[in-house]
Amino acid sequence: MAEATVALVTGASRGIGRAAALALARGGLHVAVGYRSDADGAEEVVAKAAADGADALAVPLDVEQENSIDEAFGRIEERLGRVRVLVNNAGFTKDGLAAKYSTTTWDTTMNVNLRGPFLCSRRALPGMLKARWGRIVNVASVAAIRGNAGQTAYTASKAGVMMFTKSLAREVGGRGITVNAVCPGFVETRMTEVQGEETRQRYLDMTPAGRFGTPEEVAGVIVFLAGGEAAYVNGAVITVDGGLSA
Amino acid sequence: MDMNELQTKVCTILAENLSIPIEQVTPQARFQEDLDADSLDLVEAVLALEEEFNVTIPEEEMEGVRTVGQAIQLVADKLGVAA
Repeated sequence: MAEATVALVTGASRGIGRAAALALARGGLHVAVGYRSDADGAEEVVAKAAADGADALAVPLDVEQENSIDEAFGRIEERLGRVRVLVNNAGFTKDGLAAKYSTTTWDTTMNVNLRGPFLCSRRALPGMLKARWGRIVNVASVAAIRGNAGQTAYTASKAGVMMFTKSLAREVGGRGITVNAVCPGFVETRMTEVQGEETRQRYLDMTPAGRFGTPEEVAGVIVFLAGGEAAYVNGAVITVDGGLSA
Repeated sequence: MDMNELQTKVCTILAENLSIPIEQVTPQARFQEDLDADSLDLVEAVLALEEEFNVTIPEEEMEGVRTVGQAIQLVADKLGVAA
């Protein structure tokens, strides 16, 4: 790669996505910061990345909408180049017991967490196949591995993304493209700060590290997977959870 | 563009994508049996054709395509190029 590699991180206006975008920028990549509604947050990430000398771009990207994905990729291709590193991070969660869970919320959970990564990957693959080089990193969750009452939709969608990762890895592994999943445990982000005190304490008790993770700690693994050193890591599921699922 | 031109273009793209000499890419050549193309090779070839000719070839339409000639005809139909 003579010129800088282009990365797209979905849901990068905050949390793990933001940390991943900034870490990739520090690593010398051009970074597209995908956001659904938080334009200010995305612009802040872009400014920070630029301060580190990276070429970064905020792109509106709603992973539920095929048109939005198409437009976003078009914009990135025009401004930065073809996406070679795709971090499917945008996520949605809403807890509720199955007996009372609404169909709409179920669908949204599936569309954002499972269908979104599929749609974005599909859009990115032609460019990666052509270049015989690519990195797809799917942010799943320990919820892909362990069940949680109140999270039937969430855990199902994350387990789905985990298997999508493995099958896609088998499809394109022979073309210099790796597809891996990162499973964060309980990480301090907006998604988790809205969980009740009881839930937070329960997770803390289950985590050998005795603390929650930071977005930067998850980003570190994403950056490794996105790089040249991880060329032999394919179809892997890497937990970053302080021992929670051990 | 006429059929001859289209045929040459399609065969060139297929030869490049399948990494085979263009002489082997004849209209009668079968992708699997004669050109040793696996399913990913075919997907890549279709993606390349889509990009080159600015057409969309949905999965359902790919299914019936077994030979180079059928692929050429598929693109020709999309572009309105007559034989």
